[in-house]
Amino acid sequence: MSAGRAGELGGLLLLAALLAAVPLALDDFRQQLAAKYLCYAFPAVGLVLLWGYGGILSLGQGLYFGMGSYFMAMFLKLEAASQTNTGSALSQFYGSNLPDFMVWNSVEVLPWWWRPFHSLSFTVAAILVIPPLFAFLLAYANFRKRVGGVYFSIITLALAAIASIVIIGQQGYTGGVNGITDFKTFLGVDILSNGVKRVLYFVTVGVLLASVLVGRSLLASRTGKILVAIRDREDRVRFSGYNPATFKAFVFAVAALLASLGGALFALQEGLASPSLVGIVPSIEMVIYAAVGGRLSLIGTVYGTLVVFAAKTFFSENFPEIWLYLLGTLFILVVMFLPTGLAGLVERVRWPRARTVKTPMAAPASGRPAMGEVEPPVEVRSGRPA
Amino acid sequence: MILSVEDLTVSFDGFCAVDGLALSVEEDELRCVIGPNGAGKTTLLDMICGKTKPSRGSIRFKQHELTDMIEYEVTRVGVGRKFQTPSTYEDLTVLENLEISYPKKRGVIGSLFFVRDAALRDKIDEIAGRIRLTDQLHVKAGSLSHGQKQWLEIGMLLMQDPELLLLDEPVAGMSPRERELTAEMLNAISAGRSTIVIEHDMAFVRMIAHTVTVMHQGKVLAEGSMDEIQGDPRVIEVYLGD
Repeated sequence: MSAGRAGELGGLLLLAALLAAVPLALDDFRQQLAAKYLCYAFPAVGLVLLWGYGGILSLGQGLYFGMGSYFMAMFLKLEAASQTNTGSALSQFYGSNLPDFMVWNSVEVLPWWWRPFHSLSFTVAAILVIPPLFAFLLAYANFRKRVGGVYFSIITLALAAIASIVIIGQQGYTGGVNGITDFKTFLGVDILSNGVKRVLYFVTVGVLLASVLVGRSLLASRTGKILVAIRDREDRVRFSGYNPATFKAFVFAVAALLASLGGALFALQEGLASPSLVGIVPSIEMVIYAAVGGRLSLIGTVYGTLVVFAAKTFFSENFPEIWLYLLGTLFILVVMFLPTGLAGLVERVRWPRARTVKTPMAAPASGRPAMGEVEPPVEVRSGRPA
Repeated sequence: MILSVEDLTVSFDGFCAVDGLALSVEEDELRCVIGPNGAGKTTLLDMICGKTKPSRGSIRFKQHELTDMIEYEVTRVGVGRKFQTPSTYEDLTVLENLEISYPKKRGVIGSLFFVRDAALRDKIDEIAGRIRLTDQLHVKAGSLSHGQKQWLEIGMLLMQDPELLLLDEPVAGMSPRERELTAEMLNAISAGRSTIVIEHDMAFVRMIAHTVTVMHQGKVLAEGSMDEIQGDPRVIEVYLGD
């Protein structure tokens, strides 16, 4: 365990150093790509907690990523619409100072649920509270009735699909398939300038690494142990006096909060919130980032997200005709040969002997049990966090 | 009287597994329940601990009506259950298994900020000694032998400190030596609390039981001391005779 812990910490420090070096080593365009990829690492880190340790597979994290990005985009859009230089020109042209897509769709009054997003503090509170609260209530209602496993996964998948359909359908209120875009300032600061982008990049790195650390302490707490216990023997946990539904709903809410944070940072840096971030495909991609990185490793998952995106970028730039096939092959290889993802691979390379130790199985049925002959505490499962 | 079961009935798809059963257990009593396969013994324990909902009847534990409660609530009012197959948390260490069995702060937030203080650490060490796993505290439960897992589960129940302990075949699959050690442990842990044990091993029952209840086809066939039971012709016919 101590070797694993040290490796984990090493991985975290290495990651921090790498991410700090990005703006020095890469041009502005690549740095912006890196920032975007890191936003996707948030839901993936959440999935490590939720799926890797809680045993709950959500195929709908895009919903919470989308909530975060839309809340942020709504704030930015209202700011853009109210600005004197651009806003007044638009309002003169359209005869209205509503967000442009509302004007195009003949919406005449700002909907009541848009209004609070004039306030930054409300927006931040919405990003931090609404997704986890919604997630908690949804998950608790299901888990209390003991709906779990694949059924719950399908519910999460369906909700993400519904959300993206509703967003596309309600074009006048949501910007439809184009999403909410075309905003340039955050509290009057130009978010398109390279200097500000660099600052936002470091903010993203900071929040991400902080999230990983919070995730680590969650896993180290008794709640973390109970999550593992629920994953492996949910029925038994009830007889230890715990209500598994609350614990599962809690970790689901934490994962939703992380996804929402990532979404908000994404909208701020990419200048976009769109249904293509919400639906089934992005939600499943988030699961892939976690799987490639290693679903038992909070840090491995960040690497995994970056690797998948780097591969995506590399393949699509160099093999534009077949890049999707190459990416697909990469996923298949990982699933077939690296069930614990890159983190498992790293662990295997660094502590090869730990792999070869056999799990001491049950002692012979007759005769004295082999007291004191139990193997030293080695990592038996291949799925240890790296 | 700590536990009083009345008119308890449950049927699965028309098959009556437990049929109008009545049973009462006094404080500090160690009750053995025996009976042929399919007599409804495990189902009885399942209903007491909330795992199975009875179709009819009542189970009163102290002032609580257990039939209205779900598993973790039953556990929290002081009923502990040991399952037939060893059920420990295999991916957690022995220490962690014992720690999460500690009956305090069982909410999410309480567990999030739970700190293992010196008193708890002492208690864990003491129990680990009693279940002979002091040297294995940092070993994952999945790596223990079958017998050690059974002991760990007994240790988890000791941490839980229930007033009523339900044990389902605690020595099944154990070697003679392990049986002997387990009997010692059970005698130690059943002191000061009420216990219901389901067991097939008659020598073991004779060693530990105060009162024996014989179940047959979901009903109580006979109840009394071991000697009375062994002399009862109906019991001999259905159970001891073969």
